[in-house]
Amino acid sequence: MAGHSHHHQESFISKYIFSQDHKMISKQFLVTAIFMGIVAVLLSVLFRLQLGWDGESFAFLNVILGDKWAPEGILDRNAYLALVTIHGTIMVFFVLTGGLSGTFANLLIPLQIGARDMASGFLNMLSYWFFLVSSVIMIASLFVEGGAASGGWTVYPPLSALPQAMPGSGVGMTLWLVSMTLFVVSSLLGGLNYIVTIVNLRTVGMKMTRLPLTIWALLVTAILGVLSFPVLVSAVVLLIMDRTMGTAFFLSDIFINNEPLDVTGGSPVLFLHLFWFLGHPEVYIVLLPALGISSEIISTNSRKPIFGYRAMVASILAIGFLSFIVWGHHMYITGMSPFLGSVFVFTTLLIAIPSAVKAFNYLTTLWKGNIRHTPAMLFSIGLVSTFVTGGLTGIILADSALDINVHDTYFVVAHFHIVMGMSAIFGMFAGIYHWFPKMYGRMMNTKLGYVHFWTTFVCAYGVFFPMHFVGMAGSPRRYYSYSEFDFLDWVMDLNPIISVFAIVGALAQVFFLFNFFWSLRNGQKAVQNPWKSNTLEWTTPVEHIHGNWNGPIPEVHRWAYDYSNPEYELDFVPQTFPMKPGEEHH
Amino acid sequence: MKLLILLVVILGVIAIIQLAKVNELSAALRKRREEDISYSDNKMNANLMLVFMFAFYISVIYLYLAYGDYLPPSASAHGVQTDTLMTINIILITVVFLIVQTLLFYFAYKYYYREDRKALFFAHDNKLELYWTVVPSIVLAFIIIYGLKTWNDITDEASEDALTIEIYAKQFDWTARYSGDNGQFGHSDYNLITTANPLGVVTNEGIIEKMAEIETEIADLENYLKSESDRMPASKVEATEDKIQRLKRHKRRVMDLRDYDSGGVSAFEAGKDDKIVKGEFHIPIGKEVEFVFRSRDVTHSAYMPHFRAQMNTSPGMATRLKMTPTITTDSMRTVLNNPNFNYVLLCNKVCGAAHFNMQIAVVVDSETDYAKWLSEQKVFLAPNPDETNEDMKEMETENIQNPVTASTDPTK
Repeated sequence: MAGHSHHHQESFISKYIFSQDHKMISKQFLVTAIFMGIVAVLLSVLFRLQLGWDGESFAFLNVILGDKWAPEGILDRNAYLALVTIHGTIMVFFVLTGGLSGTFANLLIPLQIGARDMASGFLNMLSYWFFLVSSVIMIASLFVEGGAASGGWTVYPPLSALPQAMPGSGVGMTLWLVSMTLFVVSSLLGGLNYIVTIVNLRTVGMKMTRLPLTIWALLVTAILGVLSFPVLVSAVVLLIMDRTMGTAFFLSDIFINNEPLDVTGGSPVLFLHLFWFLGHPEVYIVLLPALGISSEIISTNSRKPIFGYRAMVASILAIGFLSFIVWGHHMYITGMSPFLGSVFVFTTLLIAIPSAVKAFNYLTTLWKGNIRHTPAMLFSIGLVSTFVTGGLTGIILADSALDINVHDTYFVVAHFHIVMGMSAIFGMFAGIYHWFPKMYGRMMNTKLGYVHFWTTFVCAYGVFFPMHFVGMAGSPRRYYSYSEFDFLDWVMDLNPIISVFAIVGALAQVFFLFNFFWSLRNGQKAVQNPWKSNTLEWTTPVEHIHGNWNGPIPEVHRWAYDYSNPEYELDFVPQTFPMKPGEEHH
Repeated sequence: MKLLILLVVILGVIAIIQLAKVNELSAALRKRREEDISYSDNKMNANLMLVFMFAFYISVIYLYLAYGDYLPPSASAHGVQTDTLMTINIILITVVFLIVQTLLFYFAYKYYYREDRKALFFAHDNKLELYWTVVPSIVLAFIIIYGLKTWNDITDEASEDALTIEIYAKQFDWTARYSGDNGQFGHSDYNLITTANPLGVVTNEGIIEKMAEIETEIADLENYLKSESDRMPASKVEATEDKIQRLKRHKRRVMDLRDYDSGGVSAFEAGKDDKIVKGEFHIPIGKEVEFVFRSRDVTHSAYMPHFRAQMNTSPGMATRLKMTPTITTDSMRTVLNNPNFNYVLLCNKVCGAAHFNMQIAVVVDSETDYAKWLSEQKVFLAPNPDETNEDMKEMETENIQNPVTASTDPTK
């Protein structure tokens, strides 16, 4: 592998566009995800305007969206549903799955396990290009006749199967399905590559028990993806067939548009089973990388070993396993057998145990630490806070008897935005602030990072905490307006407040965007190991080279969390540092 | 006004960018490394953690006080159980929430970085970890057992003498059906839906009418095709031919309807005295009601927040839910001091553009008021035997193999 130390000349195209270098692919994923994130946030601002000020006319809406989607400056009902649907789809899949895993798995797996690159650079490149094409198609679907898919990001048939049911179930829905299929291909190519790389390409001494928790989290994430995404594809393909070939996997006894349909014998509930068999692991596909990232960052910046490394690994594995047997908790009120429901109550509440272990281990890691409040650290602390807040309301939703009354209300919206949306996005921000010097060789501005964190943190809770109460009062989600129900009037004064927080929170992201793009060129030049971290990525040169290390790949002699080890003077001991005679492994 | 808001937003963005630039310049002047977090920055963030925590708690307490009574008292028997379970759960998670968040923000405040300190090297402690694996497990075991007990009560089979009401969903309204004097619901089939028969209740009359309607339509289309096909574009010819084929299949399915005996009343007869109501439906207080939900087009969800009840309804499958109303609409109006109050059943599964206004009022009556109301409702179809028999004969001769005539099929 010595040949890798030579820097061979590359054309612009092979370096920046069709790159097979994991570091470049990671950056490609990140920039694409940031773009998709901006789109999704802007969509949410548009529908928050409608929810905050129902019936109020905003002239600029008419200017942006035109007469069809915002006549007289008021958002159209179908446009509202399309915005909600695409916001959810982009956030869940493109930002927090493709973006989060794509960026950090690509960046960190080879660097932290000591590999020259991914097992297959070509598959890795393909993974990005499928992701990009699926992103483009999803964005394009916003502009087609009839508008984008509008049945919610879960696209339940028959609504999504019947173009006559709503305008968004026409071309927009077709593009949604095509886009998701390509997305899954991207995800599988990436996931297989991550697994193979972690299993086969670890450097000498990098035992599984010495892997940083980021890598453990990314490994389990990849396994979840590889096992569950194919099931989504099967659901998507069956839905495509129901839409175009007259099959009836999900349809039966339907009378619509003054005409009975030919199809009988299918079941919409089958789609829910297939969808949520992916859908629930998907929650952890989103969350686990963020938990891995925050474990790494909290330990580094507390200058303290992560507490209970083995328990942390075990809980990642337990969460990964359990996530496959809990999908039915999305279906308590579909008419599924109540007994089956009670089985899912049991398995779902079991997940609370490894989650609790993780939360307490984070706390103990902070306890008596020496905490450097870097922006990455602040976002990681924010993540622990949202993970706990959102996780706790999950206990109510897991309880089928209670779910009956809060199912599909704003209580659910609050729950998953806090536990999955906010936690995962905080993990992503933390990762960007932390590894920006590794990705771009420059530092991001710390002060701007502080402003970004505090505004985002306050707005995140400002938006989602009051939603619990809106939901418990009985407000269904995906409602265009609540003016038709008198009994909800008294909680509706929360909606403008939520919308103000949402708009300010969206604006606060300008601090981040500015910081990110400004620092690419103008940020302070990074040193090799700015955070005084133990992991292998900080032993590579600041300037990216093919093959990552000049000369041989370093050997690993210890775990990743020897911070403030009393046997050493410095408060960190890199993994490459040989053990002292008689020193014990942790 | 709107322009003003837009202007403020744009100015805000510009201000932020300018601010950032100034900040960058000053940082460059000071030559401080970005990764070296100064004492004052660490201290500031540590303090902000506490400030945030208190502000957060104050807001949370305000929300609990102002919006904690999320709904009026439950108007159904099982809802009281649900509410107790909910209260216990909320108290429990609030306590855990406060403990964990306080520790988190307090640690983040207390242990901020100082040069002269070194963090405690504390990698693991089996006892501690066992402790916080076991304690949550015990608490969860309690929640699971209590929750499942409630769930089993709620989802148990309805009793024999429960009042059954069918709730029928379509984009974007609800219809309720009562079984009428014979105590039996007429069989229903989506192939028989017409404007006059929105639920597709099966009756002899309905079948005959539908057959005739389809045949006329086929004949019309065939004639149309014969006379006009030369002047029509090929795509339109094809569409018309498709339509004819669909109608023929539709006719086939109507012919496939089979009558059967369901406890003394023929399936084709049982529906004639069914009562179909829109806009609002009534239920008697203190009586167990079993709802049977059906949908015509897409998946909807029948959500009755005041009764703590909800069930999805999808085409092609019936779903069920039982409850016993305990507070009449009148009493609830008195309790809430709101003469306009009504219980509602609303759609809670996105179903299209007017999803947000798909509702039907639920009125809980005293026994006598309920009986009075029900007797005032119109019967679905007043029988008219003469016409029927003639038409039936006509059909029999026309379609010798028409299975409608092979009347009893107990397997159906």
